[in-house]
Amino acid sequence: MSIRVRAQESNGVINVRALISHDMLVPDDDGGPHFIETVEVARNGSTAITANWNYTVSRNPFLQVELDGSSGDTVSISWTDNKGESDSTEVEVR
Amino acid sequence: MISTKRRVFLKGTLAAGTVGVAVGAGLLAPSKLLAAWPSEAFGAEGLAAAMEAVTGSSDVADGDVTLSAPEIAENGAVVPVSVESGLDNVTEMAVFVELNNQPLTAHYVLADGAHANVSGRIRMGESSNVIAAVKSGDTWYKTVQEVKVTVGGCGG
Repeated sequence: MSIRVRAQESNGVINVRALISHDMLVPDDDGGPHFIETVEVARNGSTAITANWNYTVSRNPFLQVELDGSSGDTVSISWTDNKGESDSTEVEVR
Repeated sequence: MISTKRRVFLKGTLAAGTVGVAVGAGLLAPSKLLAAWPSEAFGAEGLAAAMEAVTGSSDVADGDVTLSAPEIAENGAVVPVSVESGLDNVTEMAVFVELNNQPLTAHYVLADGAHANVSGRIRMGESSNVIAAVKSGDTWYKTVQEVKVTVGGCGG
């Protein structure tokens, strides 16, 4: 499991791009459905965006959002799936 | 400025834990979606039912919502979709695929400081209308775009 995140600030807006490794199994797959239900994007510890997903989000999901903020802030991404697995990571805004 | 005050008020209500009271009073309906993963809305079959579960109505007006998606997607397993809105005070955004078994694909809850601009990649089982909806203040607005899919991407 991994989450790759890039957070870059320009003119007071942080552009966050996250690539999450997850198979996102649909109901017809072996072991499915097994998918990320919720992703939280937080800036400096406060939730900015909560994403709720269905299994119809593509495998190895990509998420891009924009937040007010500045370079040096921290952005964290954390997810939980429908089988209780989870992962999180934190980066400093460039 | 008005919208800023409104956000402060909403945050205050949440912090005070009185959100249940607000929901009870119908002030935040149908924002039950704010609480947890909305299984009812995701499980809804048919566009009308899914939209009603998210927005409280199956009849959402067109508005200032921009949906960026390819006109033709060669691979239905990976269809890039961006939703953006110039509306003020956007607190929720949602993406529906009309002809998927479960149309609601993604639902986003935005806090103060989050811009109404979200991108992701979705699966489409077949050519279908894609609907992006955005909640500004108490009202939902939508836009629709057809995406033709050459090879479906929902497995099975």
